[in-house]
Amino acid sequence: MSTTNGLPISISGITKRYGNLYALDNIDLEIKQGEFLTLLGPSGSGKTTLLMALAGFTRPDHGSIKFGDEEIILKAPHQRGVGMMFQNYALFPHMNVSQNISYPLRLRKVNKTEIAERVNQALETVQLTGFGDRGINQLSGGQRQRVALARAIVFGPRILLMDEPLSALDKNLREKMQIELRHLHEELGMTTVYVTHDQREALTMSDRIVVINNGKLMQCATPLDLYDYPANKFVAEFIGESAFLKVDHQGDGIYFDGQKLVVETLPKKQKDLLLMVRPERLMVMVDGQNTKDMNIFNVTVSEIVYQGETKMIYVILDDGVSMSMRLSTRSGQPQNQIDKGDKIKLVLHKSDTTVVVDGGY
Amino acid sequence: MSISTYGHVNEQELKNHATKERRILLGLTYPAVFCVITVMVIPVAWLFYLSFIGSDGNFSLEHYQRMLDSKSYARIFLMTFKVSLLTTVICICIGYPLAYFLSQLPARVANICMLSVLLPFWTSLLVRTYSWLVLLQRKGIINQAGMDMGFWDEPLKLVHNLSGTLIGMVHIMLPFLILPLYASMKSIPQDYMKASSNLGATPTQSFWQVFFPLSLPGLMAGSLIVFILSLGFFVTPAILGGGKVIMVAMQITNNIELFYDWGAASALGVVLLVMTFGILFIASKLVRLDNVLGGGH
Repeated sequence: MSTTNGLPISISGITKRYGNLYALDNIDLEIKQGEFLTLLGPSGSGKTTLLMALAGFTRPDHGSIKFGDEEIILKAPHQRGVGMMFQNYALFPHMNVSQNISYPLRLRKVNKTEIAERVNQALETVQLTGFGDRGINQLSGGQRQRVALARAIVFGPRILLMDEPLSALDKNLREKMQIELRHLHEELGMTTVYVTHDQREALTMSDRIVVINNGKLMQCATPLDLYDYPANKFVAEFIGESAFLKVDHQGDGIYFDGQKLVVETLPKKQKDLLLMVRPERLMVMVDGQNTKDMNIFNVTVSEIVYQGETKMIYVILDDGVSMSMRLSTRSGQPQNQIDKGDKIKLVLHKSDTTVVVDGGY
Repeated sequence: MSISTYGHVNEQELKNHATKERRILLGLTYPAVFCVITVMVIPVAWLFYLSFIGSDGNFSLEHYQRMLDSKSYARIFLMTFKVSLLTTVICICIGYPLAYFLSQLPARVANICMLSVLLPFWTSLLVRTYSWLVLLQRKGIINQAGMDMGFWDEPLKLVHNLSGTLIGMVHIMLPFLILPLYASMKSIPQDYMKASSNLGATPTQSFWQVFFPLSLPGLMAGSLIVFILSLGFFVTPAILGGGKVIMVAMQITNNIELFYDWGAASALGVVLLVMTFGILFIASKLVRLDNVLGGGH
């Protein structure tokens, strides 16, 4: 397969209403050339609607979508030339593997020798060499997924859309395919828009993640920024686990329960602020620890749950709010002594002390 | 708990339970099997036997011989196949687009429309056939309206001929085509059409290259049902054919009612049955028969 250069996608003011419900509410988004961008959100958030608008299967009420410099919003799906992988693969059952993969080439009137060549190349790319004559029903879920991928890229699209393509696979295969898709994307260089509701998948695969909720764009950021600096409580809650403690913004600083917190940056907003506490960022304070740049919390252990590689320590703060801490289960650590009912001190580093805005729902 | 002869705890007892369950399940088929034997197998076997009994009461092939000799029988069979084939073709021409339309509607609207397809299905066949007679006859509503509006001057011969028969039969057979066809179209995921258009197919190409081939099993099933039912049809051609359209089933009635010749009637029935099986056999080579008999995938 010839390496294709991706086309940038420029979305502006895209709105789609169903009755009073906004499936997409004035979405603006710039997708860079060759970027792997993931649309992440709960079911019904509008992420699939946005993907379908890119593919041409949903007609937005207004707005503009450009592939490169070309406005495509009025173009029919078959004129858009984007590759797409469907959730259930949508392989044609009356065609075998080769016929499925060659279908877009046959529609484009590519000559027969070139079709055979490119089909073989595509099969090789997805590691299914020799499967050309198989029927679709003779394939396993993972193999179907690869055929769908081969069919979506065989005609060299410069944009690839994927609608939860891995959701039907079991966990091990899914993790393997995530890496493979990622490699393939690096190899072929097409702009990729990927839809998922699985936050871990999004973090693993994406250059940037767009979080969507109720048809609104919540945040668009790299996986790291999204996890560490969520734009609001919804994003923080949707990506990873976390507890939220109500904090006040008074003049010079952020206060939790009367205690002034050390923070890296002060939020601009004054009201509705929450301290986001990720379970894995908390530590148990040990004797003689340097507590400079640390925030200290006095807590009581309410429950300990063993989860294999880690254990969750559920604690209650003095004012009754609960949060949790994730500890490794490695032997020989002082925190292994902790028991239910113990009163302990937890510390949170300044750079892990993130204040977020309540909202996003 | 007891140790059986097999040596494992409760093995014999568990086996007995399984056998008992199977017997009870099998028992559910007894009424149906009984009915089929008394009203189908025995009478058909009896007729089969009768068809080989000559007028002198001994074994003879005279009924079959007569069918081969007489040109009128060949004509009747030809007419039967012609009417059945035409009915099937017209049903496809009307039914396929309709079924496609229904399959593309949202479920609730489709159900209401489906009801309008099924409603005539629940009306008596005789009532529907006589209604056509009222509508189509010389001074019927259609001829009156047509002449009043000046479309034609002389009353059209719409009934008591082949066209009348076909109108009536298509009306009665249409649901038999639409139901399996609609079911098979409904089972084609919308994503297939999306995928094909995404891959570059125009709507026309998507239809002929993806949708149509996938709807073929349903189309074959429906067509076969219509064709085979039409082969043995009696009421509609008898009333709307006006004696000009004689099909096998009518000839069988004539043989019994006019000539009281059970042998000849049975022989006709046997030939029709064999031909029907022949067609089913050929069709089963073309399309998997469980689509016809099982009505789905």
